[in-house]
Amino acid sequence: MKSIKVTAALVAVGVLALAGCGSSSSGASSSGTLNVVGFSVLEQANQKVFQAFEKTSAGKGWKIQGAYGASGTERDAVLGGQPADEAQLSLAPDVAKLAGAGQVAATWADNATHGICTDSVVVFGVQPGNPKSIETWDDLLEPGVKIVTPDPGSSGSAKWNLLAAYGAYRQETGSAAGAEADMKKFIANVVTWPSSGRDATTAFENGTGDVLLSYENEVILARQSGQKLDYVDPSTSLLIENPCAVTKDAPKTAADLLDFQKSVEGQKLYVETGFRPLPGVDVGQVTVTGANDPSSPFPAIAHLQTIDKDFGGWDLADAKYFDETNGILTKLKAADSK
Amino acid sequence: MSARRLNRGTGLGLGIAMGWFSLLVLLPLAAIIVKAAGGGLSTFGQVLTQGETRDALLLTVKMSVLVTLLNVAVGTLIAWELVRDRPAKTQGAARAGEWLWGRVRVAVDLVIDIPFALPTIVAGLVLLSLYGPHSPLGLHWAPTTQKAILVAMAFVTLPFVVRTVQPVLEELDADVEEAAASLGAGRLTILRRIVLPAVLPAIFAGASLSFARGLSEYGSLVLLSANSPHRTETVSVRLFAFIEQSNTASAAALATILLVVALAAIVVLDVMQRRVARHG
Repeated sequence: MKSIKVTAALVAVGVLALAGCGSSSSGASSSGTLNVVGFSVLEQANQKVFQAFEKTSAGKGWKIQGAYGASGTERDAVLGGQPADEAQLSLAPDVAKLAGAGQVAATWADNATHGICTDSVVVFGVQPGNPKSIETWDDLLEPGVKIVTPDPGSSGSAKWNLLAAYGAYRQETGSAAGAEADMKKFIANVVTWPSSGRDATTAFENGTGDVLLSYENEVILARQSGQKLDYVDPSTSLLIENPCAVTKDAPKTAADLLDFQKSVEGQKLYVETGFRPLPGVDVGQVTVTGANDPSSPFPAIAHLQTIDKDFGGWDLADAKYFDETNGILTKLKAADSK
Repeated sequence: MSARRLNRGTGLGLGIAMGWFSLLVLLPLAAIIVKAAGGGLSTFGQVLTQGETRDALLLTVKMSVLVTLLNVAVGTLIAWELVRDRPAKTQGAARAGEWLWGRVRVAVDLVIDIPFALPTIVAGLVLLSLYGPHSPLGLHWAPTTQKAILVAMAFVTLPFVVRTVQPVLEELDADVEEAAASLGAGRLTILRRIVLPAVLPAIFAGASLSFARGLSEYGSLVLLSANSPHRTETVSVRLFAFIEQSNTASAAALATILLVVALAAIVVLDVMQRRVARHG
C-alpha cells in the first residue's frame, strides 16, 4: 500500500510540474520562456540573436529556447503539438501549413517583409581550388560534371536549388521548353540526392561530386567552421527567402522578438553567419569570415530572380514544379534513369 | 479449482508483459495500418504503380535478401571461429600463437556489437570515407553504386547471425560429437547430422532479424547511397520523402507494404527452418 501512495504522490508532482511548464509559455507575463522552432542552419545565428534580445527592454526576464531540424520536420513537429511561440522555417509553404491548421494567423505574411526573416541566394559550392572551373549554369551541363543537390522530395529547402537552376536556364534559353531540356541534362548530371542540405554538404566534403548546389549562408557557415570547400556566386540566381511567424497563442514578447530579428541589430547578427540582409535594412559594414571577400561579402547578382516575381509565388510554383505526380521537375527527376 | 489458475505473480508478469508489448508494438503497428486503410486501396495502388517507389521497394528487398544470405554464411563462420576453431594443443612457438589467437578472439567478440552501438549516421560517414570517392582502399563504391547499399546493410546487420548462433554453439555438447566420431562418423557427417540441426534454428532466427533490419535501414544510407531514382534509392528514403511532403497516407501505405514483406519473409524462413529440421 505504501508504494502505491508514493507512486501516486510522484505522479501528482509530475502532473503539477507539467502543468507549470505549460502555463509559463502562455499568458501575458513579463517573464518566462519563449520556444522558437527553426530550420537547422539558423542555430548558430539564433544563439547570438537570442542573447542580444534578452538584453533589450522587451526581452528582459525572458529565456528563449530554440529547437532545430529540417524545415519540414519542424513543421510537422509543431503541427504535432511541439510547443512553439515562433516558427522560423525555410519555405513559406511550411508556415502556410501551420496557418492552415490554425496555429499561425492567416495574416502572418501581411507585414513590411512579407513574413520573411532571412535572405540568401543559391550558389555553387566547388571543391577546393575549383578544379573543374565551374562558373556558370552552363558549366553544370557539361558531360561528366557531377552535381550534388539535396532531394526536393525529402528536403523542402532543396526546391530553392532546382528552381534557381530552372530559372537560370529559362532566362538563357528564353523559353520554358528550353529550360526543361536543360534541366533534363542537369538532372542527368546529378550524382547524389541527399535527404538534406547538411547531408549534401557532408557528402560533397567527402569528395562526392564537382559542384554542390547550396545556399550562400550554408556554404559560408561551413567555411567558418573550417570545412574545406570553395564557392562561386553565379551571375543568375534565386533569392532565398526564409519565412517566420509567431503562433496564435504566443505571448506578446514573441512578436517583439520577431521585430528584433528583422531590425538592424538582429539582421547584423544573421549577416555575420552568412545571410544577406533583408531589403531596406542597412547593416553597414560587416565583416563576414568565410565569405570569398570577408569585407565585401555579398557580390551583387546580375540577374537575381525571386519566387514571387519569376515563379508566381510558392503556391503556384509548388504545384507546377514539385507536385508529387505531375510536377514538371518531379517528372523529370523520376524519368531520369542513368 | 483449476490447477493451472494463474497465481498473482504470473498474472502480474503477464499483465506487464502484454501491457508493455501493446503500448510499444501493437498500438503503433495498428495505427500505421489504420492510417493506411484510411487512404483506401487506391493509395496502395498509387504507391505501387509509381515507378520510383516500386523500384525502391524491389531494390531494397533484393539488397536485404543478398545481405541476409551473406550474413548466414559469414555470420555462422564468425560464430564458429569465435567458439570452436581453436588451434590444436601444441608446444613451443605455436603456444604463443595460441595465446595470440585467444586475445584476437576476445577482441573480435567485443567489437562485433559495435555496429549496434554506433549511430547509423556515423556509420554512413565512416563507410563513405572508406568506400567513397576518397577511398584509401581504392574502392570507389559509394555513393553511386548499389554495392554501397550492400556494404551499409551488411555493416548494420552483421551482429544478428553471429549473436544468435554463438550461444547455441557454446552450449553444444562436444561429447556428442566425440561419441559420433568414435562411432566412425566423419567430420562432414558430424557437421551435417549433429552441429547443423542444433544451430539451424538460430541461423534462421538471425537471418530473419537481419532481413528485417536491412529492409528498414535508413541512417547509414542517407550518406552512403546517392538516392538516385530507380538505381540507388531505397524504400526508407522514399518513406522519408513522403513524410516530408506531408503525404502521410502514402507513407503509411508504403510502411504497411514493408511490414507485409517483413512478415512474409519471417514466415517463409520459419517454414524453411521446420522443413530443413525435419529432413535434416
